[in-house]
Amino acid sequence: MYSEKVMDHFENPRNVGELETANGVGEVGNAKCGDIMRVYLQIKDGRILDAKFKTFGCGAAIATSSMVTEMVKGKTIAEALEITNQAVADALDGLPSVKMHCSNLAADAMHRAILDYQAKQQVK
Amino acid sequence: MERIYLDHAATTSLDPRVLETMLPYLQGIYGNPSSIHAFGREAKKGIEAARASIAKELGAESPSEIIFTGSGSESDNLAIKGVARAYREKGNHIITSAIEHHAVYDTYAALEKEGFEITYLPVDEFGMVAMESLLNALQPSTILVSIMHANNEVGTVQPIAEFSKLLKERKILFHTDAVQSVGVLPVKVSELGVDLLSLSAHKFYGPKGVGALYVRKGVKLAQQIHGGAQERNRRAGTENVPGIVGMARALELANQERIAHQAHLTELRDYLIESLMTKIPETRLNGHPTERLPGNANLCFRYIEGEALLLNLDLKGIAGSSGSACTSGSLDPSHVLLAMGLSHEIAHGSLRLSLGKATTKAEIDYVIEVLPEIVNKLRAMSPLYEFAGEEQSLCTAKK
Repeated sequence: MYSEKVMDHFENPRNVGELETANGVGEVGNAKCGDIMRVYLQIKDGRILDAKFKTFGCGAAIATSSMVTEMVKGKTIAEALEITNQAVADALDGLPSVKMHCSNLAADAMHRAILDYQAKQQVK
Repeated sequence: MERIYLDHAATTSLDPRVLETMLPYLQGIYGNPSSIHAFGREAKKGIEAARASIAKELGAESPSEIIFTGSGSESDNLAIKGVARAYREKGNHIITSAIEHHAVYDTYAALEKEGFEITYLPVDEFGMVAMESLLNALQPSTILVSIMHANNEVGTVQPIAEFSKLLKERKILFHTDAVQSVGVLPVKVSELGVDLLSLSAHKFYGPKGVGALYVRKGVKLAQQIHGGAQERNRRAGTENVPGIVGMARALELANQERIAHQAHLTELRDYLIESLMTKIPETRLNGHPTERLPGNANLCFRYIEGEALLLNLDLKGIAGSSGSACTSGSLDPSHVLLAMGLSHEIAHGSLRLSLGKATTKAEIDYVIEVLPEIVNKLRAMSPLYEFAGEEQSLCTAKK
């Protein structure tokens, strides 16, 4: 039911763990639904230098988290904000339709991390 | 890679001896049992011998008390809708448990639309229905009680014989879904005291696509599939002759070998459960510690999600099952685990490993070696795991 790319990112997730140098952190989902995704970003001069994630959830949740951290590295904030959940799913050669709504939230988590970064910048 | 099948509660492999019994009916004996010619008669002979055998194995009084169906789900539908619609004049109240299989559970949704009222009996943290709650739920309008013998997810076995005594005094019909227990536990309708009992061949090394319903003589049943006079007007449709013959042989073999298999399964099951609970912290056993199916191990591992666990096990060649939302096909995790008082979060992390007669200790040892690594890997990437140990009662059911 999952594509080879999903299984690859599930089996060998990229960028797992907390990012100590993170200056933006975003989280979506809740434990009741069975999905929580947290994305850590290190942003400097409007560009994402590094990204990591922690996820509680199904195969699709883990694979999309892994993929989004790969996609945003090196991107500017403006470019990263243009990445949609659909784009993450497409980069994984698609997700089963039942997973598109419940487990395809990694881009949302990444966007929240950017908002968190921007909010912190304004405080400074 | 060697594959290890630990999903026997989902289905079992066809016993080669059963296949052998079926083969003549898949090849030479192809007549329609309803035909009066020689071709039909030999097919009819096959299904009537099977009916007599199954009646005997189940401790029924007469072969005519066995109705062949296409599945366990169909048997459940026929039992519940059949009784409800036949006894509608007498009353509209049905009692069941909160942990029934969907074949039973979802049937009530259809009946509720027809004006039937359903009471769902709660279960305790082990998945047991209390006699007292059954007593309290009884009404003058109660026409049927349906409580499963053994639960398909957590393996808890209900005291059906005790319930039936109570219901017999009150002349209320009693159905049990015994799909998980027939061929695994001693199942005799004479001892259980039930009026209707569902079974499915593929759960005890028989073929898929065939089930049966025991209906005690004198119990009225409204026909659910209309068309022909098969099964004494209770189930239309040309009979699955090879399947029926195979089911009878499978049940004979299962009952002959049951005691040895039961001992083997119980020993391996307890070894698996104890080893995993020792090696993996914050693990909960779901279901009753002793009153459970001999091959059923159902555990919750906190902070992780069931589908991710199953995929990782599959990558290691191990086939299991889970009650997480992703595998239940809805947004909620298993209604069985929730009814037992588990929180959604914990229920998402459930794993069912169901052992079979061919399961070996070496296979179980492999699971015990591999599973802790998988749980650790998933916990390491889980944001929930950071809060591990902050609550005291993490591994106990929340009431």
